[in-house]
Formats: sequence, C-alpha cells, structure tokens
Amino acid sequence: MAASLRCFLRSGKNTVSALQRRDFHRSAPAAVQMTVRDALNQAMDEELERDERVFLLGEEVAQYDGAYKVSRGLWKKYGDKRIIDTPISEMGFTGIAVGAAMAGLRPICEFMTFNFSMQAIDQIINSAAKTYYMSAGLQSVPIVFRGPNGASAGVAAQHSQCFAAWYGHCPGLKVVSPWNSEDAKGLLKSAIRDENPVVVLENELLYGVPFEMSEEAQSKDFTIPIGKAKIERQGNSITLVAHSRYVGHCLDAAAVLAKEGIECEVINLRTIRPMDVETIETSVMKTNHLVTVEGGWPQFGIGAEICARIMEGPAFNYLDSPVTRVTGVDIPMPYAKILEDHSLPQVKDIIFSVKKTLNI
Amino acid sequence: MSARTYADFTTQATFEIKKCDVFKLDEGPATQVVLTRDEGLQYYRTMQTMRRMELKADQLYKQKIIRGFCHLYDGQEACAVGIEASINLSDHLITAYRAHGYTYTRGGTVKEIMAELTGRRGGIAKGKGGSMHMYCKHFYGGNGIVGAQGQIFETYNMAALWKLPVIFICENNRYGMGTSVERAAASTDYFKRGEFIPGLRVDGMDVLCVREATRFAADHCRSGKGPILMELQTYRYHGHSMSDPGVSYRTREEIQEVRSKSDPISMLKDRMLSNNMASVEELKEIDVEVRKEIEDAAQFATTDPEPPLEELCNHIFCDMPSLEVRGTNPWAKLKSVS
Repeated sequence: MAASLRCFLRSGKNTVSALQRRDFHRSAPAAVQMTVRDALNQAMDEELERDERVFLLGEEVAQYDGAYKVSRGLWKKYGDKRIIDTPISEMGFTGIAVGAAMAGLRPICEFMTFNFSMQAIDQIINSAAKTYYMSAGLQSVPIVFRGPNGASAGVAAQHSQCFAAWYGHCPGLKVVSPWNSEDAKGLLKSAIRDENPVVVLENELLYGVPFEMSEEAQSKDFTIPIGKAKIERQGNSITLVAHSRYVGHCLDAAAVLAKEGIECEVINLRTIRPMDVETIETSVMKTNHLVTVEGGWPQFGIGAEICARIMEGPAFNYLDSPVTRVTGVDIPMPYAKILEDHSLPQVKDIIFSVKKTLNI
Repeated sequence: MSARTYADFTTQATFEIKKCDVFKLDEGPATQVVLTRDEGLQYYRTMQTMRRMELKADQLYKQKIIRGFCHLYDGQEACAVGIEASINLSDHLITAYRAHGYTYTRGGTVKEIMAELTGRRGGIAKGKGGSMHMYCKHFYGGNGIVGAQGQIFETYNMAALWKLPVIFICENNRYGMGTSVERAAASTDYFKRGEFIPGLRVDGMDVLCVREATRFAADHCRSGKGPILMELQTYRYHGHSMSDPGVSYRTREEIQEVRSKSDPISMLKDRMLSNNMASVEELKEIDVEVRKEIEDAAQFATTDPEPPLEELCNHIFCDMPSLEVRGTNPWAKLKSVS
C-alpha cells in the first residue's frame, strides 16, 4: 500500500532526497522519495547498462535531454550510438525501430506524446504487434513504445487523447499504464526485458510527482510483472478500478468516503493488456459493487471492457448493482480551463458515482 | 492626432531585393520591386501588431493566464505579411502550430486571437481551440502537424500529378524544435525537396522578397503550371514554444545577431525612412496605436468570461439535431447542438 505524497513539483529538477534514517531505536525501511520522471530515467539507465542491445530513439531524447527531461543525462553517459535524436518523422523512425528489433536489438521508441504515435500506428500494429503471429513464431519484435498518454493541461484537442483503449484492442501488443514511481520503474524494466512489443503509457502530469520507493524498488533488478494488477487499498464496500493518474483520484475519493463509513477497495490495473480480470473478479465477489475510472472516452473504453468481462465471468452473480463507468466526457478536449476541468473525471465525480452505485 | 502634410513624402520607391535561388525554373522573381508609401505603412503596422501581440502573449503566458502550448511567431512576421500581400483572402491557407500571425493576416482580430489564447468566450474559436487551433474563413488553422513527415511527399506527388495550384511553403527557421536542420535533414535545400516540383529559396526576413516571391509563385499556379515550393529562410526569436527557453541548442549571440542585422520590422523601417517615405514621428505614432490596440485586446482577453458550461458538448457534429452526450458518469447526460 503505497502512501502517495502529493507535492506537484513541475520544475523538472532532480528531487531525489534520501530519507535514510538508520536510527538504532527504530528500524525504518530505507525508502526514498522519487519522482516518476526519475524512476523512468533510472529504469532506462539500468537497462541500458545491463544489456548493450538496448537503445533509445525519439525526438529530442539525446542532446535536449528529453522533451520532458525523462532521458536527462543518458546521452551524456551512453553517447550517440545508444541515445539517438530523430527528425520529426514518427512513421519513419518507428519503422526503423521495429526493423532494429526484428534484427536483434532492443529499441525503446519514444513518442513525445502518444498523440504523435497516430502518425506511426501502422508500424506499431502491423509491423510490430502482428509479426510474431504472422510468422508463426519465427520473428519476434522486442520493442518498447513509450511516452506520455492522455490529457495534460491546456494542450487542447489534438494533444490530449488517451490511447489505452486503442492499443489495448490489439492482440500481439502488451500495454501497461503505470501510476506511481514504483510502477513506472518496474513496468518499464519489464517492458524492456520482454520479448514482445510493449506500449508504456506514461502520464505527463505525474512526471514531477514524488512517490515513495521501497528498498526493494531501488534495486537494479526490480521489475513488476506485466499482466498483474495491484490492490492499493483494501475495502469491503465497493471496488474501484483505475489506471494511471486516476488511481490517485480513486485513493483521494476513498479517503473522503471512508469518513462516511464507505470502505473502497482500490485496484491499480497497472496493465491494460493482458488485463488482470481475476483480481477484479475476486474483489467484486467480496464487495458486490464496481466502479471503473479512466480518463479516456467511454465508448469502447477500458471500463466498457471491464464491464463485459465481469458480466462474462463468475463475479457477475455477485453484483448487487450494474457496474458504473466513470470516464472522460465524450467530446474532443476543449482548451478553455473551465471546459477542460469538466471534461475529465474529478474526485467528486468518483464520490458521486460510488454513492449512486451503492444507492446511498 | 496632429495635422500633418504628407505632401513632402515620396509616394513610392524602387528597391533592389535579394535574388532567389531557383530550382527547376528558368527565371525567378523580380529583383527590382516597387513599394508604395501606403503599402509600406500597412506592412509596418501589420508586422508591428503581430510582433507586439506575440510579446504580449509571452507576458500573459508567464503570468499563467495563457496555458498549454504557445508557439510564438516573433521574428517571422515578414513571412505571413509578405505572403498575404500577394494572395487574396479568397485563396485558401493552412499552416502548422505557429499560427497566430496567419490568423491575424487571414482576418482574425487581435482581440479574438488573444481571447482564444486566454480561453475565453470571445475567442476566435470560443475558447475551445486554443493557440494551435484558430480558424477563419479560408484559413484552416492552426494544426499540431509538422512537415518532416512522409505525408508531405505524398502530397507533392499528387499535387504535381494533378497539376494542383498549390504553393507549398516551408518557413525554415533553422530548427525543428530543439534540433538544428543540419542534424535533422539529409538535405537542407528544402526548396529542392519537391524533386519534380519547381522551387524558390527566399529571404524570409525581407517582406518585399516574400511578397515578390509569392507573387511569382501565385502567377505560376494561377497560369495552370501546377504546384510550386517556396522555402522562406527566417528566424524565430523565441524558443520552439513557451516551455523551451530556446538557448540550449543555439547561442544568445546568434539570436542577437539576427535581431540587430535582419529584423524584418527594422529593415522595412530603415528602407522607408532612408527613402523619405515616412517620418520617424509617423512610425512612432503607429507604434503607439499598435501598443494601445494590444493593451485593449489583452484587457479584453483577461476580463472576458470563460465559455459557459453549456458550450462543453456543442459542435461535435455538423448539421445534426441536438444529441445527448455522456458525461463523466452514466447519470450525467449532457446536451450537444451543432
């Protein structure tokens, strides 16, 4: 159960501060505070060091230190052959990255945001995701596609889209969506070590947020298995399932609801595909109520898939009310702040939905 | 306003402008051009308005009144103004994200543009588009797209194949975000990249060069010869966007040198003054008027209310009866009208 401290540090400076208090009269675990940005940086640094086939390519990843500074310091450490600046040509460089993976390298292909991955989506789906199947196991594509996904702040319609449902739809692709720093590091390392194409959906608003990193998570071999969800908070009244930023929203809502005696069980999906339906089912069979929370649009979304899967499995008979989906509003993202704020799930929307689902 | 006798000003003068490099063309645009006093004053006013508008946007962004992405155009004014001087408002224009200048030359007012940047209901897109998504009649934005991608070559092919009257314009400001053109392009002769499409390389800091080249290009298209490519060599004083300081991949000296030797507004001003086409006071007066217009627009942009919540779901579809839109939860049923 990670306790998340919410200080939004958007300066991009390194905020690792070691709280290493080894007092004799108290055995505190040697946890540190680390931002999601630094966790991703550490993951890539460790994997670049561990395996010389790993390399990073994308726009501004090398000499600029990364558009969002996620790859800061890596070019200085590993040089031109491992950290490669590309022209602004997504279809082109994604194709080059997929080819490199086919030939035996382990590329990390960064999209400045996943909105730009739409330029390259044919390479991701048709060249990367489907190839192992089409070749009947002859040709694997060990590639990682990573970058920020979903809404940021004020970047309007063409730069705010969530691609979790789009990529989650495709067989052959693994899709992960980390929330906190441990998720970010563990899932990215697993993705890089995975023999399959993995899409890592990060979140720009979380880059600067510090979270506690356990001692275990600080190890160079710390990985989180792809395909396993995590229960961030236990509860008996209702199950909340979310991924990425909305895990935090759910925990905030749970804290408020706890004061009214409603104990929410909060599940951090961590992986979109393959989805850990079993963890959700086990929880629903305990709480009898389910609310899904996502930033993406409702139609054909993550929540829609969860609803279908719950209905198809044993947990259906344990539901006391239909599943409620909390989603982004079904519109392109508007620019004006007041409209943008009303386009995405707020903590109050989650609280409202929980109460409606529980018929309170 | 004090009365002046403009009788002693020169009404027009001829200027020698830089020759354009040409590709697949027997001849290029004229190098001797005529500028009238009225044209000069108009270009000066327009460029100065654009300049001050962008600087005001910089200020408002730093005050966090403008949010998200903001790609400023200062330094490149001669491009938008020169182009518009040789086309008609009935022609069609589309651009990428550095769009504020074009929104203005295509007919947007400073007020509407600034209010769009601040996300208010008086904005040119009612606050729903933001910096990169502004539209006017015959102006198709404002888009997040860029041109190093394969689509441009597909377009070159079809435009040439079907002899479409298209002017492809590359505003080469030497950098693609934080990467210099030398590090991003196998050939930096962008005006030749159309391969089978003729091209011009133009001094994009000189409004007269841009105007003349555009006139030449427009004639080429309108006479049925098919598409043509124009590379405008220009420069942006700001970084790629407001989140880029713009000095990690280029030196302050470089920026300063361009400002002192090639500033488009200064160049025009010097030409007009040294040819007795305007007086220092007259230009100063224009500056004062422009400053006031920008201040008033900024005032409007910061006080106009945000769009109403009823606007949230409107304009999803065109020409449809009103439809219901799902909100953040199943009980939130919102309304959308076309």
